Amino acid sequence: MTGREIKMGGWAIAVHGGAGVDPNLPNERQEEAKRLLTRCLDIGISALRSNLSAIDVVELVVRELETDPLFNSGRGSALTEKGTVEMEASIMDGPKRRCGAVSGLTTVKNPISLARLVMDKTPHSYLGFAGAEEFARKQGVELVDNEYFITEDNVGMLKLAKEANSILFDYRIPTLTTCGGGAAMENQLQMNGLPISLYAPETVGCVVVDKQGHCAAATSTGGLMNKMTGRIGDSPLIGSGTYACDLVAVSCTGEGEAIIRSTLAREVAAVMEYKGLNLHGAVDYVIKTRLDEGKAGLIAVSKNGEVACGFNTTGMFRGCATEDGFLEVGVW
Amino acid sequence: MGWAIAVHGGAGDIPLSLPPEKRLPREAGLRRCLDVGIAALKAHNHPLDVVELVVRELENNPHFNAGKGSVLTTSGTVEMEACIMDGKTMKCGAVSGVSTVVNAISLARLVMDKTPHIYLAFDGAEAFAREQGLETVEMSHFITPENIERLKQAQEADRVQLDYTQPIPKEVPKEAAVADGDSQIGTVGCVAVDSEGSLATATSTGGIVNKMVGRIGDTPIIGAGTYANHLCAISATGRGEAIIRGTIARDVAAVMEFKGLSLKEAAAYVIDQVPRGNAGLIAVSSTGEVTMPFNTTGMFRACATEDGYSEIAIWDSPTK
Repeated sequence: MTGREIKMGGWAIAVHGGAGVDPNLPNERQEEAKRLLTRCLDIGISALRSNLSAIDVVELVVRELETDPLFNSGRGSALTEKGTVEMEASIMDGPKRRCGAVSGLTTVKNPISLARLVMDKTPHSYLGFAGAEEFARKQGVELVDNEYFITEDNVGMLKLAKEANSILFDYRIPTLTTCGGGAAMENQLQMNGLPISLYAPETVGCVVVDKQGHCAAATSTGGLMNKMTGRIGDSPLIGSGTYACDLVAVSCTGEGEAIIRSTLAREVAAVMEYKGLNLHGAVDYVIKTRLDEGKAGLIAVSKNGEVACGFNTTGMFRGCATEDGFLEVGVW
Repeated sequence: MGWAIAVHGGAGDIPLSLPPEKRLPREAGLRRCLDVGIAALKAHNHPLDVVELVVRELENNPHFNAGKGSVLTTSGTVEMEACIMDGKTMKCGAVSGVSTVVNAISLARLVMDKTPHIYLAFDGAEAFAREQGLETVEMSHFITPENIERLKQAQEADRVQLDYTQPIPKEVPKEAAVADGDSQIGTVGCVAVDSEGSLATATSTGGIVNKMVGRIGDTPIIGAGTYANHLCAISATGRGEAIIRGTIARDVAAVMEFKGLSLKEAAAYVIDQVPRGNAGLIAVSSTGEVTMPFNTTGMFRACATEDGYSEIAIWDSPTK
C-alpha cells in the first residue's frame, strides 16, 4: 500500500494502468509502463498547477492513457471473442456527483470524452452501443475504424485465450505463465463461458482532487480478453469501477465481476462517510474485507489532498503525486 | 423472523385523481403478483426463484412499464433492462438493450447462472438469449397503444417524460424536482426473504419515455437500482439518473451495516437524501421486516409478511 497523508490540503493525483501483474513481466515492459505513468502524472500535475478543475484533469489524463497502446483502454484494448474492440468508460464529478458513462464503443477514439459528453450534454447518465455511437457522431467527436484500436499483441493474446478456452488475464507477454504470490490462477477448460479462472486485464484510471478540494474520477477500458460481445464490466458502472463525491474519488481495476459485487468504489466512500474512517483506513478496510475471493486494486484521493492506493493482487501499475512534491510510480 | 415479500410497479407523480380505469388494473396486477409470490414462498421456493417468478408476471402485465407495456425510446422502439441479485452469494445478473426477449429478468438470471459475466447488453444480450433458447418475439409484442400515445405527447412537448400514468400537464407541477419538470414512474420490482433469512431482489423496466436510444438507467446497475446482501434486498424506482448518483440500493444496506440503523430507518434515511419527487424503493431484511418508502407523490406497491400482514397501496397509507 502506498500513499501520502497531508493535513493541509492541496491538490493530489493518482493514475493506474491496471491491477494484477505477472511477476515474470520482463523488466523492459515494467520500465515502459512506469514511463507512461510518469508522463501521465506530469500531464496531470501541469494541468493542476494551471488551475484546471479536477474533472478536466481526470479526462485529460485518461485521454492520454487511452491514446497510448500500452494499457488496456482505447488503442490497445483487449479483444472480444470476435476479435473486435468494445470499449467502455465512466467519469464522475464529486461536487454534485454528476456522472457519465458509455459502453460498447467501437469507433470512438477517446471513450472517456464521450462519457464526459453524456454527463454534460444529455439528460442521461449512461449510453451504450449503437445509441452511444450515434450520439458520438452527432457530437462530432473523433471517430476511427475499429482496426485502429487493435494491436498485434492483443491479436496474439486472443488466440492464446481461445486455445486455452478461457477468459485470459492480460499479462502482455506471449506465453501463459503462473503467477506467484497471492494470485491464484487456475486454467480451466470451459464450455459456454463457465467461471472465469483468470483475472481481468488492465484498465486505466485517474483520480484527482484540485486546489478547491473538488474530487473527480475517471476509468476506461477495453474489458476482458475474449469476452462475450455485449459484456459490460465494472469500469462504466458508477459505484463499482468509478465513484466521486464531496469526500473522495475512486477508480478501480481488476476482476470486474468481483468489483461489481462489492460495489468497490462506493464502498471506500461509504466507509468514510458512515464509519468515519480516513482515506487510508477506508482503502485498507475495503481491500482487506470487501473482496472475498476477488482480486482487485484501486486508487483514491480525498478532499484533504490525501492520496492512497490499495490492491490485493500481485502488483498494480500506478503513480501518485501531491502538491507538496511527493511523487511515486510503482508496479509492485 | 419469517418470510416477507414486497413488489412495486413504479414510483412517480401519480395523480390522486388517477381514473379507476388506470388504477384498478394496476392494483389487481399488484395483488395477483403478490399472491404468486406468497404462494411460492409458502411452497419453500428459494427467494431468487420467487423474485424472478413475480417479476416475470409484472413484465407480462401490459399495465406496468416492463416487458409488455414498456415505454418507448425516442425512435419508437423498446429497449428493456433487468437485474437480479442473490443476497447470500452476492451473485448477480443484468441485461440492457433487450428488444425481443419476452422476459428480460429471466435473461438476467441466465447471465448470472450461465456465463462468467454479470452484465450483457444489446446485440450480445440478444444473441445470448437465442443461444439459451429463451422465448423471443417481434418487438411489436411489447408496444401498447398507450405507450405510442405517451411517446407522441413527450415528443410534442419535446422532453423526456418520466411519468407515464398521465398526459403531459400544461403547467409544470410545483412538486417536480427535476429541471425539465417531469415526474417519474416506471420499473417493476420484487424483493423477498425466506424464513431462513435468504434474500433476493429483481428489477425490470422499459426505461423512460422518449429516452435516447442506448440510454441505460439505474435498474441494471448493481448498487443503484438493485442490490442484495446478507442484510437486506432492495429494488428502487424513480429517476434513474438520481438513483445512480445516489447509489440508493447499496446505501440502504451500507447504512444498516455501518450506522446500525434498522431496515426502516435506513431506507427512510436514504430516500430522504434524494431530491424530492425522484425515488422510491422496496426492501426486506434478513429478519423478515419490510419497508416501502418513497418521496414521490405515489408508488404502486404491495407487501406481505408471514404473520399475515399485507398491504396494497399507491399513495401514502396511514400505517406505512
